[in-house]
Amino acid sequence: MAQSPATQDRVNDFVIKLANVNGTGSASANTMLMKSIFRMGVPVMGKNYFPSNIQGLPTWYEIRVTRDAYVARSGRVDLMVAMNAETYQKDVREVSPGGFLIYDSTWPRPAVLVRDDIAILGAPLAKICNENFIGVRNRILMKNVVYLGLLAALLEIDIEVIRQLLSESYAKKPALVEANMKAVQLGHDYARQHLPCPLPLRIERMDRTRGNVMIDGNTAAGLGAVYAGATVAPWYPITPSTSLMDAFKSFCARLRVDPETGQGRYAVIQAEDELAAIGMVLGASWNGARAFTATSGPGISLMSEFIGLAYYAEIPAVIVDVQRVGPSTGMPTRTQQCDILMCAYASHGDTKHVLLFPSNPEECFYMMVQAFDLAERLQTPVFVMSDLDIGMNDWMCPELKWDDAYRPDRGKVLTKEEIEALPRFHRYLDTDDDGIPARTLPGVTPRGAYFTRGSGHNQYGGYTEDSAEYQVVMERLLRKFNRAKTLVPAPVIEATGNSEIGLVAVGSSRGAVNEARDILARHGMAIDYMRIKAFPFTHEVEAFLASHQKIFVVEQNRDAQLRSLLTLETDVPKSKLHSILHYSGLPMTSKEIVDAVIAELGDARRASLAAAK
Amino acid sequence: MSFINKPKVHHPDLPKNELGLTRRDYEGAMSTLCAGCGHDSVTSSIIQAIWELGLRPEQLAKLSGIGCSSKTTAYFASGAHGFNGVHGRMPSIAAGANAANKNLHYIGVSGDGDSLSIGFGQFAHAIRRNVNMLYICENNGVYGLTKGQFSASADIGTKSKKGEENLQAPVDPCLAALSLGGTFIARSFSGDREQLVPLIKAGLTHKGFAMIDVISPCVTFNDHVGSTKSYEFTREHYDAAIHTDYIPARQEITASYGPGEALPVRMHDGSQLLLRKLDQDYDPTHRGKAFEYMRTKLRQGEHVTGLIFLSPGQDPDMHDMLKTSDLPLNQQPYETLHPGSAGLASILKRYG
Repeated sequence: MAQSPATQDRVNDFVIKLANVNGTGSASANTMLMKSIFRMGVPVMGKNYFPSNIQGLPTWYEIRVTRDAYVARSGRVDLMVAMNAETYQKDVREVSPGGFLIYDSTWPRPAVLVRDDIAILGAPLAKICNENFIGVRNRILMKNVVYLGLLAALLEIDIEVIRQLLSESYAKKPALVEANMKAVQLGHDYARQHLPCPLPLRIERMDRTRGNVMIDGNTAAGLGAVYAGATVAPWYPITPSTSLMDAFKSFCARLRVDPETGQGRYAVIQAEDELAAIGMVLGASWNGARAFTATSGPGISLMSEFIGLAYYAEIPAVIVDVQRVGPSTGMPTRTQQCDILMCAYASHGDTKHVLLFPSNPEECFYMMVQAFDLAERLQTPVFVMSDLDIGMNDWMCPELKWDDAYRPDRGKVLTKEEIEALPRFHRYLDTDDDGIPARTLPGVTPRGAYFTRGSGHNQYGGYTEDSAEYQVVMERLLRKFNRAKTLVPAPVIEATGNSEIGLVAVGSSRGAVNEARDILARHGMAIDYMRIKAFPFTHEVEAFLASHQKIFVVEQNRDAQLRSLLTLETDVPKSKLHSILHYSGLPMTSKEIVDAVIAELGDARRASLAAAK
Repeated sequence: MSFINKPKVHHPDLPKNELGLTRRDYEGAMSTLCAGCGHDSVTSSIIQAIWELGLRPEQLAKLSGIGCSSKTTAYFASGAHGFNGVHGRMPSIAAGANAANKNLHYIGVSGDGDSLSIGFGQFAHAIRRNVNMLYICENNGVYGLTKGQFSASADIGTKSKKGEENLQAPVDPCLAALSLGGTFIARSFSGDREQLVPLIKAGLTHKGFAMIDVISPCVTFNDHVGSTKSYEFTREHYDAAIHTDYIPARQEITASYGPGEALPVRMHDGSQLLLRKLDQDYDPTHRGKAFEYMRTKLRQGEHVTGLIFLSPGQDPDMHDMLKTSDLPLNQQPYETLHPGSAGLASILKRYG
């Protein structure tokens, strides 16, 4: 068995990658593998790389066991579980030197599975299933569970933890627990008898997951919408946002249905397209319900006309953009941060929108609530800029907390009494100089009636084609947008206080950046960090940019959209901003950031040395 | 300015409805449409109908898209909120608004361009969804604001003002609504107030999507010889197959009719419609027969008007299908919408 020092003593610190065929039930086995490690108190990261397809195409699942609780990909693979003969060639190449590959040895080992610097382990999984289970579908499904048992033996995962997970999953079907445990045991026994157990890659119980949950961002955002008090949720199915509405709907079905009447305190409406979905959001918001939709880039393109109406007519709306790879249909099951500019300025004419950038599922939950408060306070669309990596992968994050004292900020909605106390209600008049006018809801009093329109209007709510009247409203809208800078969340800044080098990132790049900063610090390159949480940029963003000489802008798109937005909307000179771009569609690794920073700073050092000479 | 506020001077002897309001209380801003525009007649029929029904102005919500027709929501019920959205997308705004508050009356006013071209998808899906609203399509076969292009409802052979002939088949909103499962489908003529007012009242009372296609001639771009949507052509070729009387809940049917002459229909709120068939062959409660009748008449060059189809069953509307609570969603107390911190802890057990 070839073994290099690279994989020695990798207790609680290694990467497993599982290569499967989609539609074979591998996802649940892989999730269970990850969850069992989490339950043993060892931090894990899981990423699912799946095709835009129902059955038959290659799919991979990557699990990073990380005692230091890093949530990004490390860029290496220590153990490949190669269950898809179609991708053997690619999979065998990907294993880091000294690593391991497991394949199904029911059939002779194929010629492509050869490498001197890794250990290749065979286990006759299909044969075991054929001998022990009945039915084609069952055998295919159980193969995943057999390798789960196999891995449990190789990695020293407590089999009782797996049993517990199975009994939770199949609480209502105890027979399934037994069938699955049989498969686990078969895999476990085979490994103990025929394979070198345990591997140097091992799990040892720790206590570093207490107080944490494993949850995906779409579930957390759906739950956030429940806690925000959203009642109307029109949407159109689109990967990778669909599971957000599924989550919202299932939470509502559980929490908001009157057991006696069967009636629900929510309306999830599957619209005919994204245009209708956002139209319904606006209709419901205009009528005083908290309403939101979830979509992805192509959906935002379609919604843009209505988004401009919402901006100009000042109607609250919460739009979750679970970003995926563009342009056009792009790669629907791959991740990017490629809608930043589109969302910031969506729709024709002068429009600007509030964006929130959650960095993990935990923030998806809290930012959904914040998004509704901001949308109603500012009477404008607010985008929650999630992405596929956050939305569809399970992330380990601190348990979500809820403050029972929270009350929604419904913004300036006048009551019947308030309206009737006014000499006359004017919809777009800024009476208290904060750029935000008051609104009224239909059905309250005829004295609150006004006409909502996307055509030119004056501050009294009347139609206008008068230049001066038009401009009064447009300028007030700009004041309102500036006012948003004082209401949106400030960036998270981690500074040493004496570094001239800064790094800026948003959203899901957070994990890779955190780890990269640790690595760079060990290289003697401590750099300051600002994680922007919202657009418009607050004064803290401006100050950070002003106080650093060289600033790396890390983002997941080709065109440096965040950098563009910073140069457009702050005073920072473009020359200070140095892009680190990642847009492969897979989540970012810390290595890319480390390499880019070292390359740039190394060059800069050489340049300054040369200048000194 | 596209419209002007009307001076509110009330004649003391104007008749009042049960709320003590006069017709003037249901008026809106001054119309800026062309003099003689069919749409203004429709507006006046709407005012008459909502006054007669005795609806509180604030219990109405007026919705429209873009186009001449869509301007008209500003011309009635100034005490009601109005929403002039984007072109062809009024149905989605109406559906969302209705989802938030099922207790208001929703009147959507659209046109043939707004409903049958750019907004055909939303029109179709609002019918499928059976959104509880009155949907009036002011149909003139032409784009007015952009000066006279054919719309999707232009008949084959009709001529534009410039003399061009339309060769494409028209979209008939009534036939479309019939095939999409519409539950209340009517056609009328802006110039026939006697027919239109009861239809509007019936449509507002109907629980579900009530569609009235109103032929509403465009005096500027489509009222010439050779047009099939001119006043003259409409008067000659549009045939009432059925007359609808609207009888409020507290009033009894007093007139007597011979057998088969009149069909009383009880509405959701207890009011009644009395459908008087002008053509004995016609059955307005049979979808297939209504379709066949319209097609037959069309082949003879006649357009059927009146309440063409009224679903005889208790069709579920959008809220019934969604099983929403009786209390409107925009009035749910916040505390009832989430289980608080204790509930969160129990939800999270699954994820631990």
